[in-house]
Amino acid sequence: MPDTTTRAVRRRFRPTAATREAVAGWLFVAPVVTILGLFLLVPILMALWVSLTDWNGQGSPFLAGVPYVGLRNYTRLFTEDNLARQDFMTSIRNNFYYVVIVVPVQTVLALGLALIVNGTRLRGRTFFRTAFFFPSVTSSVAMSVVFLFIFANSGAANHLLALLGVDGPQWFADPRGVLHLLLGRIGLVDPEAPPAALTGGGPFGLSWWEWLSGPSVAMATIIMLVIWTTSGTFMLMFLAALQDIPVALEEASMIDGAGRWQRLRHVTLPVLRPTLFLVLTLGLIATWQVFDQVYVMSQGNPAKTTLTPAYLSYQTAFRDFEYGTGTAISFVLFLIIVILALVQRRVMHGRADRPRLRRPAWTRRS
Amino acid sequence: MARPTDPNAASPASLPRGPAPGAGSRGSTPGGRSLTSTFAGYAVLVFFSLLFLYPFVIQIANSLKTEPDATANPLSPLPDPISFGGYERVFLGTDMPLWLGNSLLVTVIVTVGRVFLDSLAGYALARLRFRGRRALFSAVIAVMAVPGVVLFIPKFLVLNQFGLYDSYTALILPVLVDATGVFIMKQFFESIPVSVEEAARIDGAGVFRIFWSVVLPMARPALITLTIISFQGTWNEFPHTLVAVQSPDLFTLPRGLADLVTGSLGMGTRYPLKLGAAVLATIPVAIIFVIFQRYFIRGANEGAEKG
Repeated sequence: MPDTTTRAVRRRFRPTAATREAVAGWLFVAPVVTILGLFLLVPILMALWVSLTDWNGQGSPFLAGVPYVGLRNYTRLFTEDNLARQDFMTSIRNNFYYVVIVVPVQTVLALGLALIVNGTRLRGRTFFRTAFFFPSVTSSVAMSVVFLFIFANSGAANHLLALLGVDGPQWFADPRGVLHLLLGRIGLVDPEAPPAALTGGGPFGLSWWEWLSGPSVAMATIIMLVIWTTSGTFMLMFLAALQDIPVALEEASMIDGAGRWQRLRHVTLPVLRPTLFLVLTLGLIATWQVFDQVYVMSQGNPAKTTLTPAYLSYQTAFRDFEYGTGTAISFVLFLIIVILALVQRRVMHGRADRPRLRRPAWTRRS
Repeated sequence: MARPTDPNAASPASLPRGPAPGAGSRGSTPGGRSLTSTFAGYAVLVFFSLLFLYPFVIQIANSLKTEPDATANPLSPLPDPISFGGYERVFLGTDMPLWLGNSLLVTVIVTVGRVFLDSLAGYALARLRFRGRRALFSAVIAVMAVPGVVLFIPKFLVLNQFGLYDSYTALILPVLVDATGVFIMKQFFESIPVSVEEAARIDGAGVFRIFWSVVLPMARPALITLTIISFQGTWNEFPHTLVAVQSPDLFTLPRGLADLVTGSLGMGTRYPLKLGAAVLATIPVAIIFVIFQRYFIRGANEGAEKG
């Protein structure tokens, strides 16, 4: 650009077309660049600084009086035995179980629904697609309110369970871990008196028994809400990919005598692999950020079993005024998401290297 | 749970012709599905559409019930008697009119801003040759990859530092452009043949003129998609309001609703009222969804392509 501009200045009144285009280009992107720079790049740099301090929200974090603590806000989340680490590790545990359930269930549900909607020649195909997708476009806060009502003590869910003869739990007041309950049900351990070997100790300030809790009953409601809201979007992605499968390919496999199941395994799923990868990645990234539902439905309660890192970082900064720690939690969460996305990319790429449409056994016969 | 493709469903013994290999010859229906599997697929679809839609039935029905009725018969789709008490209290007992006004104001400004500014940037990135274009596009992709929750505290810091915290500017300016919109518009502009612009250029039209009167009118579908996802995203936006404003005068609808529910206003259970407020928060997007459904679908899949 320097070359062209100087040349343009020389021929002052006749800027070349290329110069005009370059100037226009920068003018066109200027608002986006400015706003994203000011509210994305600058804030991240500011936050990196704040995460190294003990700023309490008073005045500016860049004044001389703000105590600089180096990496302590980060190390205390991992190495010091204190409440901050306890809460952080609890939030990691909660979110881990949440991810482990939400991601596979929503992916399988989305894929399954897409397959039937796509396969059906029935009337009402558009209706079903709409019905499954609609929850995805609604307000997360409004839907959290609806699910608060559905899972209230005398709410719709418990009324439904009563019809089936089941005594429903007090969903939002129930901190019991689902895995604990299951282990108790099969008689492996007594949730009331867990074995001392498990309660004695464990990594990062939580006992093994606490790590093995599974999602709490309260968290289960948030899990159901999120699966219900997001499956529709992912179904649409699968549906779009399914519609890209050439009809000839399907027909050829049918003529070759492939059964429905074989066709799914050897024709449909290989074609869907990139979409599957995308859905898993987007799911993984989104589920580690769960916030709105926690804020509205449970605020981390009961007994901190719905605390997630995103909510914890908000709470630490804006309720406890420990901005340094809150920001540090954000960055650790950022790192978790980046690492998981990279790991997943590597795993899926390793698999994608194999030929995408292997000729399955049934086509080799003839 | 979702095993729609259950292979067993296709082989009922009672059918005259089993699922013989060589299914292509079977019947005239494309795909050659048996009656039973059609029925099974249908049953699964109906079951799941109930599951996906009934919460809305519960939401609407209970917002029209009396408090005791909502507590006693939360599952029933029919209010008995129908009561508008919940809505009355929403409008008279809360700041709902204010929240609606704020939400509408913010949503309209942000949507207009995004559509215009994202298109400008998308066009420049797609068509105009200037130094740094490629780096800028990479930056846009990188920005899309930044997880939103990580930005809560940082956004507060910058608003606080600039003295913008707790103002309409704080609600609007940081979300006035979005990288995904830029990406969608860039992809679209690249699909338009260059020849159209060249004809206009030969006629002596300037860059902005070409963009405004030649290219933009051709971008209608992409513009509608962007308008709709911006409207929906901004109308539903919640966490940004948490870090941008604190005074109740600046609450948008999701923020007010969250406040109503988390008890800081001492509303107790009062479900008809809360559900009524939730209905009001849902309706605008629902209407737009019904009218512009295919653009929503396009939006969902455009979002997918960025990966």
